[in-house]
Amino acid sequence: MVKKDEKISFEIDGQTCSAWAGQPLLDAAKDNGIFIPSLCHVQGLKPAGSCRICNVNVNGRNMTACTTRVSAGMVVENHTPELNELRKTIIEVLFVSGNHFCPSCEKSGNCELQALGYRYQMMVPRFPYEFPVKGVDARPDLIYHDRNRCIMCKRCVRSITKDGKHVFALNGRGGEHLHVAMDVDLASQLTEAEAQEAMDICPVGAILKKEQGFLVPIGERKYDKAPIGSDIEAQNG
Amino acid sequence: MTKPVLATTSLAGCFGCHMSFLDIDERILELIDLVEFNKSPVDDIKTFTKQCDIGLIEGGCCNSENIEVLKDFRKNCNILVSVGECAIMGGLPALRNGISIKECLEEAYLDGPTVKANTEKIMPNDEELPMLLDMVYPCHEIVKIDYFLPGCPPRADLIWNALVALVTGDELKMPYEVVKFD
Repeated sequence: MVKKDEKISFEIDGQTCSAWAGQPLLDAAKDNGIFIPSLCHVQGLKPAGSCRICNVNVNGRNMTACTTRVSAGMVVENHTPELNELRKTIIEVLFVSGNHFCPSCEKSGNCELQALGYRYQMMVPRFPYEFPVKGVDARPDLIYHDRNRCIMCKRCVRSITKDGKHVFALNGRGGEHLHVAMDVDLASQLTEAEAQEAMDICPVGAILKKEQGFLVPIGERKYDKAPIGSDIEAQNG
Repeated sequence: MTKPVLATTSLAGCFGCHMSFLDIDERILELIDLVEFNKSPVDDIKTFTKQCDIGLIEGGCCNSENIEVLKDFRKNCNILVSVGECAIMGGLPALRNGISIKECLEEAYLDGPTVKANTEKIMPNDEELPMLLDMVYPCHEIVKIDYFLPGCPPRADLIWNALVALVTGDELKMPYEVVKFD
């Protein structure tokens, strides 16, 4: 659907942007040095629209930027107090609806959910903590799956396969038991590189490689010094 | 002019936040000029002797004594600040929230791999001991908390900047590097 022969122009927060027609808005914004926050989107994967953090206002309506394709003359609002507050609210909901113990998590400092908490200056979630009971599956040799930290972004569901078969899948649809489940047999067959890929695709610490952790000291991790998205915004000067 | 009065306490915490507070280094001399301490482990005053302006709370609530102390702080302090992840969300003690009290106690006193000396299989049940709560609770789910300083522990600069801002009324300086959840 992306037309690599047709350049169009559109507008984000008053800035004129150019992109290929049909490009996902989130990717197009990135190419123009504009950061739209997201937890479920990965460039190249089929957009899922599941985390809702990339909500932007397109021609007067709120839409997710990952599932919206750019078209000529589109007028987009991104960095507004209303949208930023909405995003912060979603981040707070994610923090209370899982068990996110940052101080004891190996992903801390490299976690995208935590990084968004920093970017939107979440000092405390406004909702009561649920402390849900969720499981940890550590049976595969190289990785373990901690559902306490899963935010159901479905990045792993969409990307991690072994011999063409999905390692992770949504299970228990239809109510409060919906969760991402791991196929232990397939997960046990993952190579070192595939295990690393599974860990890296997870925005939080739900999929982690065994026998390594806290490799990078505090102060040198990905989001210790600069907010998430600041690398994208730096292109814009 | 009289100095603002500060009280601090550690509930279900590890005293790491108090240690971080002391990590303000030589600014501790400024601190003495800035505030007067009342009930606090810093000066070892055990009970409130006057109404305080600011109360710093470290740790969440895991037992009946924590609740009592926290409510006492709310009554005796005009402004309460949750300092650190335990006060804000229960922190590491709250890892027990998915496990029943019975299981926790059995693991600690009967079945745990390090339980050797307890040959008579005694569970602590003296009436002097505070009752454990069913879960570890964030402080703001027990009493009204006015401000929150995240971190495990919150960086010394964040605690210092917040205290100075509260006392002077100046805007709180929050550089990106000092607001962290770990």
